[in-house]
Amino acid sequence: MVVLVRRAKEALIHVLLLACALVSVATTLGIIVVLVHQSIPLFREVSLWAFLTGSRWAPLLEPRSFGVLPLVAGTVLIAGGALLIAVPVGLCTSIYLSEYAPGWVRQIGKPFLEILAGVPTVVYGYFALVFITPEVLRRLLPQTEIFNGASASIVVGIMIIPTISSLCDDAFRAVPRSLREAAYAVSATKLEVSTRVVLPAAMSGVVAAVLLALARAIGETMAVVLAAGMTPKLTLNPLESIQTMTAYIVQVSLGDTPPYTVEYHSIFGVGLALFAMTLGVNLLAQRVLRRFREQYE
Amino acid sequence: MVAARKPAVPGSALHLVPALPQRAPAPELAAAEPVIRAETLTIRYGEFAAVRDTTLDIPPKQVTAIIGPSGCGKSTLLRAMNRMNDFIDGVRVSGRLLFNGRDVYGPDTDPVELRRRVGMVFQKPNPFPKTIFKNVAWGPAVNGYRGNLAELVEESLRKAALWDEVKDQLNKSALALSGGQQQRLCIARAVAMQPEVLLMDEPCSALDPIATARIEDLIDQLKSQYTVVLVTHNMQQAARVSDRTAFMLMGELVEVDVTSRLFTTPGDPRTQDYITGRFG
Repeated sequence: MVVLVRRAKEALIHVLLLACALVSVATTLGIIVVLVHQSIPLFREVSLWAFLTGSRWAPLLEPRSFGVLPLVAGTVLIAGGALLIAVPVGLCTSIYLSEYAPGWVRQIGKPFLEILAGVPTVVYGYFALVFITPEVLRRLLPQTEIFNGASASIVVGIMIIPTISSLCDDAFRAVPRSLREAAYAVSATKLEVSTRVVLPAAMSGVVAAVLLALARAIGETMAVVLAAGMTPKLTLNPLESIQTMTAYIVQVSLGDTPPYTVEYHSIFGVGLALFAMTLGVNLLAQRVLRRFREQYE
Repeated sequence: MVAARKPAVPGSALHLVPALPQRAPAPELAAAEPVIRAETLTIRYGEFAAVRDTTLDIPPKQVTAIIGPSGCGKSTLLRAMNRMNDFIDGVRVSGRLLFNGRDVYGPDTDPVELRRRVGMVFQKPNPFPKTIFKNVAWGPAVNGYRGNLAELVEESLRKAALWDEVKDQLNKSALALSGGQQQRLCIARAVAMQPEVLLMDEPCSALDPIATARIEDLIDQLKSQYTVVLVTHNMQQAARVSDRTAFMLMGELVEVDVTSRLFTTPGDPRTQDYITGRFG
């Protein structure tokens, strides 16, 4: 009898835990279903090919055009620029924190850095709009537009530095002390130990950190809307106003777009493309990582 | 253990001159200039003195074993010799530690340069997660070795008695090797730097008896070219492989002597107690 009760209890706990684990799976599946279902009407109007390869995005103006490339380019520009800033700065910060800084500096420095992650993104957006663009970029490059990709890249980059530095610091500190000692014992300098032993040994954690930061950069909306503007444009010039995929979704969902129109369905189409992009990045990174790991295993 | 030894030397003069050997060293040992010399060396972690007022000579091309119970300061003393203690917060050193007459902790000593000449093998095998070849070649490579790396790797692996086992798998990961092979790889890695001194910090404590026997044979061969300092808690090992043995207890160097003599007729009753297994 006691055994039966215990078994029932165990089974119940098992089911509860499973249910918790399924929540995120179910949510993801639900999102995919909604995105696909709601974007089907769009693809009745616009062919998938035209959507993916068209270079003009004008869903609200006649003549309409639903080429998603300008939005993709805007997103890539912002996220790429942000990584360009955040990866070197974040990596250097984390190497400093885990390899160079004395214990007390690290104890103060790390929480301080993590505060950066807690600043609301709208604050970053205004910071870009009223400080970085007029006070920095336009002083250096007067042709910079009021809304521009560069300022958005910079603030998104700053925003994701803590993600990279904090996670990389954890990854570096997980590298066993014995490996560092082995390197020091063969007359390596601190820099050589950091970059040629600790960094490679922690590479899977570093890649995971960069991916998470990239996902944040791609998904970042508020700061980008404020700083980069709402002009879908297929350009690589970071000084012009552009629009990202998330910014477009905000623009349409804020306006008085009636539901079940083509422009309404277009935000789901863009959302689906965004989802596919992040998924692609994740899959790619996993493959890169696996190949890399084999070398070390 | 304090209780065990106190009655043996109540208020003995040994406490006042703890660092000196209790008898004259054998003539053949006294002749050579020491490679490493500790003079009234004290090493503190914060307030705790892990090594106290220790004076010890390490003669060249011999195996000097440092024995003693856990926590007696033997590893701390060893890790001072290549300044591996630098990475521990709050370590303070007083007294002098000389390597070829130069102060190891002197202001103009570069620890990176020092470690090129004083290599180390650790308690637990710690190969890099790289290939066997890279494990051996890494140190010379980062130090700008100009000769033929492949030859150096082969020579080092031969000296570490590992070449025949790994010559066909140099590009395989070092982590695929057995524990004993990994430790010999670590010895090869240290040897590849062409050091003068090899510090070995309980190199067999993580290994099985067969692997241990191989490492001990190896140490015996290495001493023809290198000065070896071997920390071990295994008295039999010290007796088997070392020429001289130093016995430490609670941060203090109790005595140092020719190994055969220290184990047969120790000069200090505490050594007697330890080697007969009364404590530790």
